Amino acid sequence: MTIFAVFDIGLVVLILGIAVSTIAARDAFAAVIGFVVYGLLLSIAWVRLAAVDVALTEAAIGGGMTGMLMLGAVARLRFAGGNDISISLPVRFATAVLCALVAAGLAIAVLSPPDAIPTLAPMVMENLAQSGLGNPVAGVLFVYRALDTLLEKVVLILALLGVWSLAPDSVWGGIPGLRVYARRSSTLTFLAQLLPPVGIVVAIYMCWVGAKEPGGAFQGGTVLAAMWLLVMIAGLKRVPSIGQPWLRPLLVVGPVIFLAIGLAGMVLANAFLAYPPGYAKPLIVAVEVALTLSIGVALGLLAAGPLEQAQQQ
Amino acid sequence: MNAATLFGLSGAALVGIGLYGFVTNPEPLRKILAFNLLGSGVFLVFGVVSRRAAASGLGGDPVPQAMVITAIVVAFAATAMAIALVLRLLQETGRSTLGADSPGDTDRVSGNS
Repeated sequence: MTIFAVFDIGLVVLILGIAVSTIAARDAFAAVIGFVVYGLLLSIAWVRLAAVDVALTEAAIGGGMTGMLMLGAVARLRFAGGNDISISLPVRFATAVLCALVAAGLAIAVLSPPDAIPTLAPMVMENLAQSGLGNPVAGVLFVYRALDTLLEKVVLILALLGVWSLAPDSVWGGIPGLRVYARRSSTLTFLAQLLPPVGIVVAIYMCWVGAKEPGGAFQGGTVLAAMWLLVMIAGLKRVPSIGQPWLRPLLVVGPVIFLAIGLAGMVLANAFLAYPPGYAKPLIVAVEVALTLSIGVALGLLAAGPLEQAQQQ
Repeated sequence: MNAATLFGLSGAALVGIGLYGFVTNPEPLRKILAFNLLGSGVFLVFGVVSRRAAASGLGGDPVPQAMVITAIVVAFAATAMAIALVLRLLQETGRSTLGADSPGDTDRVSGNS
């Protein structure tokens, strides 16, 4: 046990140290790199908390995708107007004291758990067998709290619409401003040719295995998005304009199938988002496959950023 | 002190660190980053709640875990939206900070903060 205790303490020290350095760093680029490392370390903390599904999501989204978005933003903001606002030392000190109070309040809550800890785990396990799923987290996501999961996908699409809507009129319907580093026969080109086949297999595996083991549509979709972005950044495929006819159906196919099965549940199983007995697992897998595609496209386009060029005829 | 409490305390500390960065750093991009730190601290506290509620042979309560997965995704969507707003601000004003230098811009600019 002691080796784990030492590991945990080391991990927490690293996480807190990197968190402080991302806040304190003068250079925004250094802060973002710190944030990516922080996300990866945090996913190890999630494994230590026996939440492997969360660890996968944190590594993929919290570190990877958010980090990529921020790196893109840093590159564009590099030559922006300077920052001439300075905050005086007394104000900083007062802020630090108040933030420490907030942290202390949370710490007290953490240190004084209730006598009888409430848990829904037995209820989850009791009915999980009926759904045919083996992964309790997937069970919660697609059976017990399916509405949350459906709305979460809708939020992704709404965010994408929001990002697109911020484009100036002149480039509406155009091409996202993803930076492309097309240099012939570089390592990037090589990796962009080598990795996607592997990545696509990994994504399909993650989506399929999500019913039984940690994994699922979201993690699979993120891997797909990462592969797509790699190919686009290396300049092997062009960034599509958002007016492409194949793009929008792909974006909504996941939520639409989810919603259609949910509505069918009203007729066949007497409740919205309920599955008819015996068909739960095939329906959930169908929803997950469609969601993986939609999530992959949505994440890829979100990471590609706001529209910058008008569509070329 | 067990592992769950240790991670819970670091979650609490992360909330404090993130909040401090969010308040004191004037650059919007750094504020977004600090806000993400704050959020991940809250998620970590949630993870501890889940870990303590381990039962039925599971390592933790799956309900808070599923909620954290949803939360990470929604936080990403909000971050993407916020970054797009910052980039648009840069396009409009040529600056990446939320100052109130030119009176004409004040309302629109502070509306995004």
